[in-house]
Amino acid sequence: MKVLMLGNEAVARGLFEAGASVVSSYPGTPSTEMTEFVSQYDEIYSEWAPNEKVAMEVAFGASFGGKRSFCAMKHVGLNVAADPLFTISYTGVNAGMVIGVADDPGMHSSQNEQDSRHYARAAKLPMLEPSNSDECLEMTKAAFELSERFDTPVLLRLCTRVSHSQSVVETGPRTEKPAVPYQKNGAKYIMMPGNAKRRHPVVEQRLLSLAAFAETSDLNRVEKGGRKLGIITSGTAYQYVKEVFGDTVSILKLGLVWPLPTKLICDFAASVDRLFVVEELDSFIEAHCRALGLTVSGKDIFPVVGEFSQNLIREKLGIPATPGRTLDADIPMRPPVMCAGCPHRGLFYALVRNKAAVIGDIGCYTLGAMPPLAAMDSTICMGASISGLHGFNKALGEAGEKRAVAVIGDSTFMHSGVTGLIDIAYNGSNSTVIILDNSITGMTGHQQNPTTGFNIKGDPAGKIDLEALCRAVGIRRVRVVDPYDLQQCIDAVKEELEAPEPSVIISRRPCALLKSVKPKPPLKVDPDKCKSCQSCMNIGCPAISFNAGKATVDATLCVGCGVCTQLCAFGAFETTEEATK
Amino acid sequence: METKNIMIVGVGGQGSLLASKLLGRLLLNAGYDVKVSEVHGMSQRGGSVVTYVRYGDKVASPVIDTGEADYIVSFELLEAARWLSYLKPDGKIITNTQQIDPMPVITGAAAYPDNLVSAMKAAGADIDAFDALTLAKAAGSSKAVNIVLMGRLSKYFALPEDAWDKAIAESVPQKFLELNKKAFALGKSAE
Repeated sequence: MKVLMLGNEAVARGLFEAGASVVSSYPGTPSTEMTEFVSQYDEIYSEWAPNEKVAMEVAFGASFGGKRSFCAMKHVGLNVAADPLFTISYTGVNAGMVIGVADDPGMHSSQNEQDSRHYARAAKLPMLEPSNSDECLEMTKAAFELSERFDTPVLLRLCTRVSHSQSVVETGPRTEKPAVPYQKNGAKYIMMPGNAKRRHPVVEQRLLSLAAFAETSDLNRVEKGGRKLGIITSGTAYQYVKEVFGDTVSILKLGLVWPLPTKLICDFAASVDRLFVVEELDSFIEAHCRALGLTVSGKDIFPVVGEFSQNLIREKLGIPATPGRTLDADIPMRPPVMCAGCPHRGLFYALVRNKAAVIGDIGCYTLGAMPPLAAMDSTICMGASISGLHGFNKALGEAGEKRAVAVIGDSTFMHSGVTGLIDIAYNGSNSTVIILDNSITGMTGHQQNPTTGFNIKGDPAGKIDLEALCRAVGIRRVRVVDPYDLQQCIDAVKEELEAPEPSVIISRRPCALLKSVKPKPPLKVDPDKCKSCQSCMNIGCPAISFNAGKATVDATLCVGCGVCTQLCAFGAFETTEEATK
Repeated sequence: METKNIMIVGVGGQGSLLASKLLGRLLLNAGYDVKVSEVHGMSQRGGSVVTYVRYGDKVASPVIDTGEADYIVSFELLEAARWLSYLKPDGKIITNTQQIDPMPVITGAAAYPDNLVSAMKAAGADIDAFDALTLAKAAGSSKAVNIVLMGRLSKYFALPEDAWDKAIAESVPQKFLELNKKAFALGKSAE
């Protein structure tokens, strides 16, 4: 059947058709939907793991046990999972194992723009790169075949424009894969030095075999279009090249982006007068071509930063493009904001009032860094807030301890925050950690996590008791506040910053967008009571604006959280009886 | 057939993803090769969002570039202006006249420009600007702005009415089907 599918959805379909049995992932844009769509297939066990390292180890265990397995993550998640990655390259697999990694050129929703192809080379693993949804489906199946044929985990690299584009796929049936018998084989699976030394040459030989396979595999293909111009490309860059040139130039389209086919590339180079490599992000294929002694052009004209497009290729290759009209007006930016009624807003306001230095983390609450709250000083990676605060306070002593806090979400705390908290308790750091518990993984679109009490299918599941967990690691001062109650939050932050021992404040309110959270009737402003002091504007609620010198509430956005009423000294915000949305 | 390009632009939360899914189904059902590209993530939360819908005999790139859009369907006036450079010389803008202040405007750091419709006309754009929010409310929900705009768009390319009906039925929950059909009809017939 022909259907439109997201690239991520097509990977999930490929897993289904390939007979995969176990999938474990941690959500991360743009990779999240691979696992969300898998969870709709009852034939495949799927789960959200606390982090990417755990997910990859679960997938490895399933492969080791004899069933085809998969894990998905975004590029920065692969950093978290890098430890097992490099060693399962040595052990190889029992049943097939595929690792989906989604890069984000252009950083639509990421904190860096790394090129995951370097991991394939560094860990000496094969990497496939589809360029549309159809190839997502087919290459997922091909990846399992490669994995079993060459006894290796296989990386499947996507990027935002593949993960989040829908194109036409042809679906097929599932092929059930009987379990590969599990046999104890310590020399292969126990990577202590003596065994690992014997595995390293196996890995090197495997790379040579894969490189030989790459020469003739139909994962790589030459599309002939004359000898004037030849372009080596892969992934979305291939689609941009096709958009510009159609069939008028010769293209070497690489689906297996590591290891690269030496002879195929050299033969292709010899078949054209001028050779270009068109690749997003780093000089990966081009560097390989140069190492082969080929005369090639690439990053000398194309950027290493940001996404490509058809017009970028036109511009760089001297082909006219339509520039489009311009408007004689200043168009203000529209940055993302915390939603109306977001429970993080009140807590951030309390931090601003306490003039706290805020070591932040990755999630919706990172938006607390934006004006008008501007309540954040640092954001690095998942979990870095708590350990970063500990280091900050060890460096500054009381000057840090009385002023600085870490803020981290419930899902991120489970991902890699708790180890930082253990460090604080163990090393006697007088630090104040705030867990923003909105009872869901918010930023990626509402995935369950170990604190929510539900699994990926929405069924009841083991639920971490955050208070008990914090106490168990050695924090004696643990308190819960309601972020809709500003004074309570302001007092709690002040007290815990003053307290002479480590403490955790859990700011608890479910995400305002959760279906289980029913909005209250919207508030309205009595214009006679509004004294135009603009105190309410300091909270940065998108539902409140100033018109003709008076505050007004957008009734379509307001969820009646009442935080603004606490900011107004004149009682101008009033409740209404309007039906809830 | 040459590839045709439709951009859907708006503010996160306005329902542009559903509109792009609907268009994707509609055009696939009509026998075209289709690509729909969307950006989620942080931009879902009140930020500027853009979706590309491309269709034709064979579509390569998933994105629409400057000067390439046959139609820009805008859910919010400022967003139409933001993406104006993507319009083809003979392309058309269909825009809701609703204004949603971005945070820099709310905080007073920037101003919402006046007279954007005339400014875009002065820049040579062919514009169909109308109040889709009022029509959506008349249909029964302010959330139906997206389907009102799809109704408006349907005036401009030749696909049979029942093809749209089928795509709407495949895209919206059953219990909201009547509301959405009404919203579509209002968008299509309103002046």
